[in-house]
Parts: sequence; structure tokens; C-alpha cells
Amino acid sequence: MSSDRTDLPRRKFVSCAAAAAAGWLLTSCGPKRLYDVPRERLSGLIADMERRYTEEFGTTVAVADTQAMPGVHFAYALDLSRCVGCRRCVYACVEENNQSRDPQIHWIRVQAMEKDKGIDFAHTDPYYDPETVPEEGHFYVPVACQQCDNPPCVKVCPTGATWKEPDGIVVIDYDWCIGCRFCMAACPYGARRFNWAEPTIPAGELNPQTHYLGNRPRPRGVVEKCTFCIQRTREGRYPACVEVCPVGARKFGNLLDPDSEIRYIIEHKRIVVLKEELNTVPNFFYFYGT
Amino acid sequence: MGTTWIRIACLACCVLGPAAASSQERLEVPPPPFSDGIFPCSDCHADIEPNTQRRQLTDMHEDIVLRHDEEHRWCLDCHDANNRDFLHLASGALVPFDESYRLCGQCHGEKLRDWRAGIHGRRSGEWNGQKSYLLCAHCHNPHRPKFQPIVPKPPPIPPSRPGVRPDDEVSP
Repeated sequence: MSSDRTDLPRRKFVSCAAAAAAGWLLTSCGPKRLYDVPRERLSGLIADMERRYTEEFGTTVAVADTQAMPGVHFAYALDLSRCVGCRRCVYACVEENNQSRDPQIHWIRVQAMEKDKGIDFAHTDPYYDPETVPEEGHFYVPVACQQCDNPPCVKVCPTGATWKEPDGIVVIDYDWCIGCRFCMAACPYGARRFNWAEPTIPAGELNPQTHYLGNRPRPRGVVEKCTFCIQRTREGRYPACVEVCPVGARKFGNLLDPDSEIRYIIEHKRIVVLKEELNTVPNFFYFYGT
Repeated sequence: MGTTWIRIACLACCVLGPAAASSQERLEVPPPPFSDGIFPCSDCHADIEPNTQRRQLTDMHEDIVLRHDEEHRWCLDCHDANNRDFLHLASGALVPFDESYRLCGQCHGEKLRDWRAGIHGRRSGEWNGQKSYLLCAHCHNPHRPKFQPIVPKPPPIPPSRPGVRPDDEVSP
């Protein structure tokens, strides 16, 4: 007689069902990761962001939600034989991507290295400050996020607040980041930065053209890093550092386009990726243009 | 002869389509970086008899310092003596200033090749669309092409430790 079965008492069934319903309600009504938020909900969240930033900074701030273009995988190349270490890229990046001025956050760090030692991260100096550059016997390696295809930072994130987009950009959801900094420990390139204090951007210096996965203003206690200027590159423009480089050392393009500058470099020049042995598969190539 | 070539190239582009156009097309560049009021050169040179004798200039242009294989080269190896508003190739073919890359490319062929591919030099515009090139002379002074050292932007502030401000003197 199946009706006499008592292995699931009614009380237990009802309480389990109620708990499941409460859990579902709580997770669906609460904040949601931007990673899997539905499109219609996303536009609402973005409108909220725009309202909040516009109020906070006293200027009209636009938050774009441009999605990845199909058939595009971004890659970057930097000519080590040309870079003179002038740091124009560092400050162009700060202004474009709304990095905190105080405490200071720089997504790009230019490492001065000695020609005698080659690429050797044990003997680098990011604080070089001569009268003029380049210095005799030195070369310069600017390092920012390498946008790895096998990103260790994404693997360690306990909340899923950082992920790789279809066009190869590793992005961060600043609302979902809990500031544990596991990703900073995991990144072998030291490319991630943490907002130890409330970021400050002087009035009028905010770049109001932002992207929800990129340069929108960040709160205290979250991690940030280079996004290949997602707000520009998804519109077809070059990243800010590419346009500002006075020696033309920085190149950017679509790895899947056989006619792109990036493919030309990979096919015709000597290229290096940093810490290749770690199998992070960077999309950032250093090359020798001469 | 130069014009004939351009005509042939144009014809080839029309007939062969975009594949041929990519290697022969005339590139869009901003105007050459002339000093104020210096161009057209014929404004002054029209009334001057060309002196093709290699010499040190004393009356005009003495501010130009030639550090570009100066042992083997002087003004009229690149500038045309008879048509002052043009440059000329080694063959004698005239080249307008906004196509000066063809002149530079006679010696620096691999740089020209890389420049056409967008690898040498600065580019702006769109990575998947219209790109704008700069002429060689926009970055390199043609008379003194080696880049001069520049002043770097300030270094990053080193991270602070509790109780020590970054700009404080660290005692040994």
C-alpha cells in the first residue's frame, strides 16, 4: 500500500519546501552577479549606477554595457626595442580609467631592467627617476594585466566576481568583489590593485564615458586592474595607452583577424610572453620590432 | 613616370579589387609637419637660381642641423633643386611631401614595410576600421631622426608601512 508510506513526514516536507522557497526568494531578490544577470535586469542596474555616479560626481556619467563582438579575441603587443620608459601610458591610463589619485593606483607599472641581465624580474626597478629616459644600459618593460587565457586569478575567486569575457578580457564585478585579494596573490604578474582606502578623483577629472565592467568608479575594498580599455575597445577604438605612446611601442588588435597588426607581429617578429612556464597563456606579447 | 605608376596602380586597384588596393593604396596621412610659413618653398625659391654646389648654408636654413648620414648626404639628395615643392627619389622621380615615406623607404625598406602594416610608428583611429597613419617626419625630424631623450613622468609612490608615510625618510 503506497499510501501508508511514512518515510517523508508531511511536516518535514513542508519545512524543506518552505526553506527552499525562502532561499530562492532571497537569492533572486538580492544583489546579483553582473556575470549572469539577465539583460533586462542589467539595464535597470546600469541606470541605477548612472544615477548614483552622476549624483556623486556632479557630472553626467554614462555607463555602457557594450557586449563582446563575435569573432573577436583581443591581444596586445609591446615593442621592447622601442619603449623608452617615459610613463606616458601610466598616466593616460589613470585618467582614462578613473583610477584613484590618492591613494595612488596605477594599473601599468614600468619596470626598468638592465640590458646586461635581460628580462629578469629579480633585478627590476619601478621607481627609477632620472632626468631623462632612456637611461644608458637600461630597457623598460611596462607590465599590466596580461589577460591570460588560463587566468589563475579567476580560478581562485571565491565569489565568482572575476571572469573571462568571450573577447578575452578578464573583468571584475566591483559589486560582487569581497576584497579578499586571493586574486592578487594568485596573479604571477602583480597586475591587480586593491583599493585600500576610499578612491579619490578630483572634481572635473572623472572620465564620464564608462563601462559597467571597466572604468566605472570603484568603491573602497575592491580589486581592479587593466581591462584593455573595455569602454573604448568594444567600440572599435584603441586603448588609451596605445594612442598616447610617443614612440609607437604599443600595438593592439584582434587575434582572430589574419590581417590584424597583432597577427603580423606574431608571424613576423620575435615575441616573448612573461612567465610562459606557468601556462597562464597571456594575450599580451612583448616583441622586438627591430 | 611617377604619375604613370600611380595611374597603373589605380587601374590595378579598380580591376583587382581590395586585395591589390591594400598594398598600393595611397595612405591617408595628416599634413606634413612644416614650420610655420615655410611651405610652399617656391614662394622664396622661385626667384633664386639653384646652386647645386654642396656647401654649408649661411643665408637661410642655417638652423637645420643635419645628423642623418651627413657625411654622404646634403639637402639636394632629398629636396629637388628644380621643383622646390617636391622631394625626389634616387631615381629622380618627384615625391610630394605628404608621400615622403616613399623617400624614407628607399633606405629604410623594412621600416616602411612595418609602417605599412601598422607595426612601426604610432597609429590612431580604430583597430577594426579606419586607421590614421603618421608620416615618418611627424615623429622623426628628417634632418636629425634619432629620438632625443625625454623627461619621464613621476615614478609611483612606494607602498607605505603602518606609521610610516611614503614620503618620510626611511631611517636605516
